[in-house]
Amino acid sequence: MQAVTQQVAGEALKGFLARYDGLRARLPGNADVRDAAAAVLRERGFPTPKDEPWHFTNLRPITGLDFQEPIGDTQAGADLLSLLPKVEGPRLIFIDGRYRADLSVLPEGLEVRSFAGTGLFGALTKPERDRVVALNTMLTEDGIIIDVPAGFDAGFLMLAQLTSGKHRRVASHPRHRISLGADARLVLLEVSAGIGEYLNNPVIEIAIAEGAHLTHGRLQQDAKDAFHLGTIYADTAANAVYDCFSLALGAKLGRTEIHARLGGEQAAVHLNAAQIMGGNQVSDFTTAISHDAPNCPSRQTVKSVLTGKARAVFQGRIEVARIAQKTDGYQMNQALLLSPDAEINSKPELEIYADDVKCSHGATVGALDPEQLFYLRSRGIPADQARMILVRAFLTDAFEAVAHEGLRDVFEHAVEEWWATTGKDAEAPSA
Amino acid sequence: MPAVAETLETVRSVTGSTYKWGFETDLEMDLAPKGLNEDTIRLISDRKGEPEWLLAWRLKAFAMWQKMEEPHWAKPGYPVIDYQDIHYYAAPKKKGSGPKSLDEVDPELLRTYEKLGIPLKEQAILAGVEPGDEERLPMAVDAVFDSVSVATTFRSTLAKAGVIFCSISDAVREYPELVRQYLGSVVPAGDNFFAALNSAVFTDGSFVFIPKGVKCPMELSTYFRINAKNTGQFERTLIIAEDGASVSYLEGCTAPMRDENQLHAAVVELVAMDDAKIKYSTVQNWYPGDSEGRGGIYNFVTKRGACRGARSRISWTQVETGSAITWKYPSCILIGDGSVGEFYSVAVTNNHQMADTGTKMIHIGRNTNSTIIAKTISAGHSDSTYRGLVRMMPKAQNARNFTQCDSLLIGDQCGAHTVPYIESRNPSAKIEHEATTSKIAEDQLFYCRSRGLSQEDAVGLIVNGFCKDVLKELPMEFAVEAQKLLAISLEGSVG
Repeated sequence: MQAVTQQVAGEALKGFLARYDGLRARLPGNADVRDAAAAVLRERGFPTPKDEPWHFTNLRPITGLDFQEPIGDTQAGADLLSLLPKVEGPRLIFIDGRYRADLSVLPEGLEVRSFAGTGLFGALTKPERDRVVALNTMLTEDGIIIDVPAGFDAGFLMLAQLTSGKHRRVASHPRHRISLGADARLVLLEVSAGIGEYLNNPVIEIAIAEGAHLTHGRLQQDAKDAFHLGTIYADTAANAVYDCFSLALGAKLGRTEIHARLGGEQAAVHLNAAQIMGGNQVSDFTTAISHDAPNCPSRQTVKSVLTGKARAVFQGRIEVARIAQKTDGYQMNQALLLSPDAEINSKPELEIYADDVKCSHGATVGALDPEQLFYLRSRGIPADQARMILVRAFLTDAFEAVAHEGLRDVFEHAVEEWWATTGKDAEAPSA
Repeated sequence: MPAVAETLETVRSVTGSTYKWGFETDLEMDLAPKGLNEDTIRLISDRKGEPEWLLAWRLKAFAMWQKMEEPHWAKPGYPVIDYQDIHYYAAPKKKGSGPKSLDEVDPELLRTYEKLGIPLKEQAILAGVEPGDEERLPMAVDAVFDSVSVATTFRSTLAKAGVIFCSISDAVREYPELVRQYLGSVVPAGDNFFAALNSAVFTDGSFVFIPKGVKCPMELSTYFRINAKNTGQFERTLIIAEDGASVSYLEGCTAPMRDENQLHAAVVELVAMDDAKIKYSTVQNWYPGDSEGRGGIYNFVTKRGACRGARSRISWTQVETGSAITWKYPSCILIGDGSVGEFYSVAVTNNHQMADTGTKMIHIGRNTNSTIIAKTISAGHSDSTYRGLVRMMPKAQNARNFTQCDSLLIGDQCGAHTVPYIESRNPSAKIEHEATTSKIAEDQLFYCRSRGLSQEDAVGLIVNGFCKDVLKELPMEFAVEAQKLLAISLEGSVG
């Protein structure tokens, strides 16, 4: 038992707990909530592969490091902003986990509050179960709180989480809450990016009221030496839609964990994703969809493209409660291994307690089809391009799930850029 | 929704009384005292007249077991097992030095097997006088009663072909070098908690050895029967097929109806060399407990086959209808290039049964191929889980896997779960996985009903169709038995 404790209580945890002890009195919000989270970490440490939800992803590269408190580098702002996708419109900018009003463009007709100002923790997170969330709960300083009023179409909004690990290895823990009133609409683009070595540990709580519709695009482009541990909790009421697409391109080790609950009849949840990784990157996409009401559909298409020594993980659980009759759940996850050292681990999981349901999942893993390659080559297309054409075709399904054109452009552009830089060794297109 | 209402109604009316194998045989038993310690293991080893190396092996396993923690990761939860409250050895009292032929076997025992429908009389089978079994092919049977093998039929016929088929205790005495070479080579003594327990206290089981190039002339089968109270059955089966050999082996099991739970922790090891084929079929029908979930067998089994040779093939087929809790994952380690692993499973749970079963396919060699077809049917308050692993190792060039898991839910108080692990470290390996969960479609039912079938027959027909892919893999006679078992297991749960 002692050996285990030693192993998990690495440098990172000691540093985080010490920082909490020092900051405790100054942090916003209910101290009891933070203390409870700190107690969870103190007692159990960070998860290890012995914990079933972390079976495939070892946090050791993070837990062995010492993270510092960000100093609030005002100069880094401009450099960091250049990392953002070129999109017009309102934007809320966070640097090192703190809101920067000077860099942000507020959306019209929408009240935006900050976590630092209100200290409002939501009720959806489970820090006692999710220890990465416990870390966020313990140390978070800031985040946005958005309430889209009933019936209001808030249009497009970008939420950027930028971190600079240029001068010291920092950790940021932004904590956001987004709620949509009945029949409200919002298109949210959440971007994570940065410079240097750092840990980005955002938590977002999302509540979608009856008939409301949230389109949530996530673009994870954290720096190649960075760590990304993002967790989302989304709760949908009757007829509400949570439509999420998550694209992971960055970070040395990244994990996105989404817990989505269908809490009212005819609610719909889409958790689609693509992970495109090369080098020594590790990317983990873990989801749990809980069907807690009858007549709800959920859809998932998750694609991984892996080259170099990259490793990707997909864990997708669909839980259907006894009450959730007429559930229609579908999940597809596919992986393309482009190099001999790439590795994919996936665990689609169905947990079903209702009898009148239609649930299915499918998974395929393989390389590019040599016959398809030959077909293209025989028509005069160079090998590199032929491979690229096939990889793009493979990703098409996933991108087609993004209904919002603006978002889709952002994602497609990000993938192009990835091919041009990181993906080069993976037979990038000459275009 | 009359069908649903009817289903609910019949689910309520189900009782354990449909378990017709639940009788008890009253025999004078030779029981080891309750409890587990080194003395118990020495006693078992002594009763069986084992060589020193085997006792040492057992004691080592016991030492490992003592350091292990009972696993709790599987879906089934169960009350704590008191390992000191079990008799680890229970054998019908022998007359003289043990039966050499059937004539010496206690007639009470023979009657038991007769009642269970297991043919132990060679002449009777050969003469085809078994009622209603004119077309039955001869089948060699090893009958294991509690801790000992009471009879093995057709031993001499098989010996002529060079096939060794006997109880593992006999094998330890007669072929110690073979046993020593292979025992624990696929499932090491310390593999897991229950395998370690089995290695320490295993009492009997079957031993099969098919030499080079021999095709086993008849089906081999073992029939396991737990009879005595407060006992556990820890059998050990070892099947070896040398180059080019092939064998089909069947396993069946039943136990009396009792309110207390009994533990069955078996280990099965299969070894297939170049071009060898082993087909292992199980119809598992341990007592499942009554409709309130009282009693029944805890079936915690480790089954693993090693395809060591090139182009070898191991095929697991199982029909799981019994046991209060089933926990087993018959696996294939595909080492030889071009070796093939197959897993066909039907698991049916009703009342308060829990089944957590599936397979592991570990692809190590090139061009290895595996197929997994798992059909799960849950009814009543039961829970069933498919849990499986497909792993492609870096050297598994061009390996293939196809997996299909389908679950059928009957009634709204049951659960069906699918937990597949898919791991690939070779880009040329191809994995395909499909899983579905649904209930019996109303339109299929309506179609059958409109053609004059009763509700029960219609459901039976659909369930059999659902399981067809697996049932067709069973040897013919077993397939018939399995179909009947399916009907009995689900009796009353379908409207």
